[in-house]
This record gives sequence, C-alpha cells and structure tokens, in this order.
Amino acid sequence: MSMDRRQFLKIAGISSILGFGASVASATHTIWEPGLKPPQVEPNPDGLIAKRWAMVVDMSKFKTDEDIKKVTTACHQTHNVPDFRNPDGTVDKKFEIKWIWEEPFGRTFPGSENKFMSEHIKDMPFIVLCNHCDNPPCVRVCPTQATFKLPNGITMQDMHRCIGCRFCMAACPYGARSFNWTDPRKAINPATENKAYPTRTKGVVEKCTFCTERLQFGKIPACVEAAPKGAMFFGDIEDPNSEVRKIVTSQLTIRRKPELGTGPAVYYVIGGSDHA
Amino acid sequence: MKLYDGGKILIGLMVFVGIATFPFYYNIGKVDTKPELKTDTPAIQAWEKQYGKKECVESKEYMRSEHMQLLNNWRDSVVRDMNRQYVSMTSGKKFNMSLQNGCLNCHSNKKQFCDQCHNYMAVKPYCFDCHIQPMEKEENKS
Amino acid sequence: MLEKAFEGGKKYWAWLFFLGALSAVGVYYYIQQFQFGLGLTGMNRDVSWGLYIGQFTFLVGVAASAVMLVIPYYLHDFKKFGKIVILGEFLAISAVTMCILFIFVDMGQPMRIMNVILHPTPNSVMFWDSVVLSGYLAINALVGWVTLSADRKGVPPPKWIKFFIYLSIPWAVSIHTVTAFLYSGLPARHFWLSAVMAARFLASAFAAGPALLIILALIVRKISKFDPGKEAIQAIGKIVAYAMFANVFLLGLEFFTAFYSGIPGHAASFLYLYVGLEGHTELVPLMWTSTILAIVALLLLVFPAARKKEGLLAFACLSLFISLWIDKGFGLIIGGFVPNPFEEVHPYWPTMPEALITLGVWAIGFLVLSMLYKIAISVRERTAGIEIEH
Repeated sequence: MSMDRRQFLKIAGISSILGFGASVASATHTIWEPGLKPPQVEPNPDGLIAKRWAMVVDMSKFKTDEDIKKVTTACHQTHNVPDFRNPDGTVDKKFEIKWIWEEPFGRTFPGSENKFMSEHIKDMPFIVLCNHCDNPPCVRVCPTQATFKLPNGITMQDMHRCIGCRFCMAACPYGARSFNWTDPRKAINPATENKAYPTRTKGVVEKCTFCTERLQFGKIPACVEAAPKGAMFFGDIEDPNSEVRKIVTSQLTIRRKPELGTGPAVYYVIGGSDHA
Repeated sequence: MKLYDGGKILIGLMVFVGIATFPFYYNIGKVDTKPELKTDTPAIQAWEKQYGKKECVESKEYMRSEHMQLLNNWRDSVVRDMNRQYVSMTSGKKFNMSLQNGCLNCHSNKKQFCDQCHNYMAVKPYCFDCHIQPMEKEENKS
Repeated sequence: MLEKAFEGGKKYWAWLFFLGALSAVGVYYYIQQFQFGLGLTGMNRDVSWGLYIGQFTFLVGVAASAVMLVIPYYLHDFKKFGKIVILGEFLAISAVTMCILFIFVDMGQPMRIMNVILHPTPNSVMFWDSVVLSGYLAINALVGWVTLSADRKGVPPPKWIKFFIYLSIPWAVSIHTVTAFLYSGLPARHFWLSAVMAARFLASAFAAGPALLIILALIVRKISKFDPGKEAIQAIGKIVAYAMFANVFLLGLEFFTAFYSGIPGHAASFLYLYVGLEGHTELVPLMWTSTILAIVALLLLVFPAARKKEGLLAFACLSLFISLWIDKGFGLIIGGFVPNPFEEVHPYWPTMPEALITLGVWAIGFLVLSMLYKIAISVRERTAGIEIEH
C-alpha cells in the first residue's frame, strides 16, 4: 500500500492513542520511508497492461479430459498449489486448495439446468476460477485490505497481510477461495515445484490472481497458454480491438451468477462456433 | 523489625529473580562469535568481474541496517502497486524487486548469508515460510 | 476491591482450580492448533467457519443482553433490578472476553491481528465488529466497577457514569446488529441473506442472555447471602418469555419466505438442517433437539403458575439456553455454508481438539465470571439490606 506522509501520520497518531505508540515510534527511524514511489520504483517496461483484464472460455474447444487437465495442472504447478491426497490417492477434500478446476454445467450455473436439456450440455465440464469481479464481495468484507482491486481489474490477494479470518470465503459467491488449513509444503513436491514462485504459509487464504506476476513480465496467464487453440482468451475488454471484446460483442456469452451484481470478468461461450 | 509474610515474599523474590535472569542462563553455551558474512557466490563473483566491484542494490551499511524495511517496502510495492523495478539510490542501477528471484540470485548462500546473522541476533523472519530458498550443498553448513 | 476475588473458601478455590484445569487443556490443544494450523478442526474449504465462530456469535448475544436489565432499571426506574443489574454487567464482561478469544482462536494468522488496526478498513463489517466489541467491553468494565465501588462505600455513584450507562444501551444493540451484518450482507448465502437477521439475533439474545442470568442469580442466592431478589428474577422470566416468542416468530417468518416463495436456494439450508439434504442428515437430530427444548421452555414460561415455581423456571431457562445455543451457536453458522456455492453438500463436524479448545474458552469465561461475581457478592453481602439509589 502506498502511503503518503499525511496518511502515515494519521495512522501513527491513531495507533499511539491506542497504545501502540512505542512500536510506531521505534519504526520512525531516519531512513525509514513508508512506501516507495516512482521514480524510486517503476513497473517492468515489458509488462502487459490493460484497462480491464477479462477472460473468455469456450468449453467446446476442450476435446478431451486431458485438455482440461493440462490447463489446471499448468496453473497449479506454476503457482506451487499443494496437492493434498488421501492414502488411497483421491483428493483430500479437507485440505484441498485449488485455483482453477472443472465443475459440471449444473454446478457452474446453478438453476440453469432443465429436465429436457441434452445430456451433452448437462455433462459438459466447465473450467471455473476466480471471476475477478467488478464489485467483489470478498474485497468488501476483508478487514485488512489483504484482498483488493488492482486498477487493471484484477482482484489481488496479498498473502503477506492476510490474517486468516476467512470472511472472504464466506463472501465469495463462486467458491473460488481456498484456505491453508496446514503448512502447504507438506503437499508440494520439492522436485517439481516452481522455484521462481513462492508457496504459501499455513493460515492464509489464496486464489487465482489472473497470473499478475506473469503479466508483469509480458506473459499471458499460464492456463490460457496451456489451453487448446481457441479455447481460452485473455485480454483487455475495454479495448474494442481485443479478442475478448470481439467475442463478447459478437456472440452470446454467459457469466456465473450475474444476478448478484458482482460483475464477473470471466465469460463463457456456449455456442461453440469458431471465433477470432 | 519483623518481616510480615516473610516466607511468601522471599519465594516471590526468588521466582522474580529466576524469571528476570532467564535470558542469561537460557543462552549459556550458545555461539557468540560475530558472524562473518560470505559474499563470494558465483553470481557475485561474476558481477565483480563485469562491474569491477561488489555492489548490492544500496550501500553495504544501508543494507545491513535497513534491509528489513527495504524488503517490506518492496513487498508492498510489488504486490499492491504493481511495480517490479527498484532504482538504486546509490548507483542508479535498476533491480528486479524480488527476494526469491532477486536477492537470492546473488546471495545463493542463504545459510551463510541470512541464517548466520539472524541466528546470532536471535530473530526469526518468516520470509522463507513461503519464499523458496535456493538449494545449498550440505557441506556449506558451518 | 480486586482482592475480594482472591478471598474465598475451599469450595470457591476448588471451583477456580477446576476451571483453571479446563482452560489449561484448552490452551494445550490451542498450542497444537497453532503449530499444525486450523486443519486440526473439522472445518474445510466448503464449511470454512464452524464451532468457534458459532460460539462467538452466540456469546455476542449473551453480552448484549445486559441491556435488558439496564433499560428497566435506569430508563424506567424499575427499582427491583437494583441489586441484579451488576450481575448482568459482569456477565457481559465475561461474555465479551469469550467472544474476543473465540475470534482469536479462529484466526489463521493470529500473530498478524494488529493488521486490523494498522490497515483500518471501514467497508469491512469485521472491522466495525472489533471496534464495537472492544468498546462494549470497556463500557461495561467501567460502569460495573464504578457503580460497585460506590455501593461498597455506601454512596451514590458519581453523576458522570450516567452518560456511560445510557451509552451502553445503544451500544449493546449495536454489537449484535453489527454481528448480524457479518452474515446478512453476503450476496450468495441465501440462508443468511435476510433482513430480519439482526432482529432475530437481538430477539434470541434477549432470551438466551437473561435465561442464563436467571440461572446464575439462583445459584448466587443458593451459595451466598446475597439475594438478587425474587421479584427481579420473576421479572426477568417475563422478559425471557417475550423475547423467545419474538425469536420463534421471526424464525417462522424465515420459514415462510423460504418455502412459500419456492426458490430452491432459499429452502436448501432449512431442508439440510431439519430433514437432511442429498442424504446428509448430520445436523437433523441436533436441530430437533433444539426445537423440542424451545417448545418445552416456551410452555413453561408462558404459564405464570409454572414460571412462578423457581425450580420449573430454572429448568425452562436451561432448556431455552441449550436450545438457542444449538440453534445459534451451531446450526445458524453451518446452515449458511451448506449447500456450498456449487449447491453441493459437504458436511462439517467439530473435532475433539476443536471441542476442547471451545470448552477451554468457556472455562476462561467462567473463570472471569466467577471472580467478578465473587467481588460483587462480597460487596453485596456487606451492604445487605441497604438500598442505594443509583
């Protein structure tokens, strides 16, 4: 969080009234400047920038279970997402952590199923992840701003600041958030972990970050990169020439639980024609 | 003069002295030689060859006393303000603001560089609960 | 005055020792949980709050209920509550202490608790909850202490304390309203997304809290020479009866909307709690126990003849307290998470360490309560028979 002197003094003042004066006073050391501002810091010049990042998913382009698995595995390996297993090899539901995974149509869009729907649609798997909402309930409820909106629309998670109250998990309408019920490193293989990305610690909430760390180095999200051709698109939906914008403008797309007013930024194509 | 409740007072005093001096006997026999930090990793030597001197993002003295604040600021700047590059106040060079992909690239000897001093100062930063430390050979252990 | 808490007979010390031992067990398991993580509990990705937050919610209600004595005594000059009001204030202190402890044991990163103050976030209800709870603790500690000190000296309490007494009334309402807002403002939790949530919280609080107070007052009379007053206890009995009727009425409103509207999401949690959903019936016996106890309590409380017998009154209060403890301290929280946002049923049941940590927190709360009541009783025994105008 960037903080100017005025803000800092305000918070320091309030804190000292509350009896934390001692700790704050010791921190107001001569060289200690709260927050770094340009020109001392700057974004990476190679970074991708957007007014509003968004994603389009076309499930008809995923032909096999392997195609879906590739996408979820790419994400989970990139971000060192732990894989807790029961002794019999099945997923340990108690400790499970996931950023992106598949759900059947009826679970993804509850209430949209009907009795006469084709089996094809009913059984169709859908890829689900954080929707990076315009108006996210998780950000609204967080007591420490550990989850917050970036100016480019991404709902970011600051794992350093999270106190593990799990209010955001109760608030998220999409079940997109996972909690570290124990040290996640127990379920990460050191041989295959991504040495360039951290793990998490026990007691914090985590979720998809739209690969903020990759965007900043000029790379598109890992899931999109691993998806079959034409299955996943990522771009600036505010840019009229972007692929995502063209698809959303020209075809029927649906979003999860739009009636809640959260404004999800992940769009699903149902038709399955060719685009872009 | 009579000491009322003398026994209780004496026991209380003994308990107090015991607790107050606890840090001293708790640390008896522990290493107290000043740590010598090694800055001779391959990456640092390569840097020295290229630029003709060893240098960190800021001066040695600044890093020694302020690295925790610097890292705290980096953390917030990267995660919350989408910045990735740090412009050195000392040299004007630009550095990738990253513990795991920045600091530890040069200081790949975490056990000798970070741990030695942290152990000596008896501080336990939790950075490495999440950030993956470089692989180090066991013989580096001192 | 504090020294009174440390002067007592063998039985008093045995009781404190017993509570201390229970708290020690809780602390032991909390250390285990601190080291392993919250995975030591029965909570999971789908039911991410459990027994701890349930107890917190229930106890905020108990804390707020002190206002049911403060209003009649200080606003309506109902003199009969003169001696008992201190018991209500001290109960509130102990209940808020437990609330704070339950929040603390539920945190994934308790060492970072100061982040709530370092990064104050007015749009988070959780932030306001921490503000109003600590404020309520301070107000009750101040009011209880000042009035009791004045009683001990046999003088009326200073005038300035009136301000804090009056402040405690809206403040009590605020702590439970804000706690209800934790739940009733979440868009996708049908079970909680209800405008009557705060009203229901207050009604159940004003039933459960005073019910506990009646039981405590009867115990105090039995083990000490301090008599809180027969009429006072009867009057509280009436308050409990009214509040419980209001609570059942509000619950009925929830049922009507959920089932008459026919919207599946609104009915799902009720079905899970009372008849089971998708083959999961884990909470059904518990919820019916709560229902039956509530009916028993209401029947005993509504007839003056039954209510006037103190044995039956105590039994009714105990039934009511357990009933609401199940309903609000457990069912209300779990019901909100089942089914999950994918409309799947993932059950939850507390683990043994979780239950023992919970018991430990209750023990600490009762330890605080016992010592505070000991002080109040000591003062009251000395000034027995002297009525002091507050």
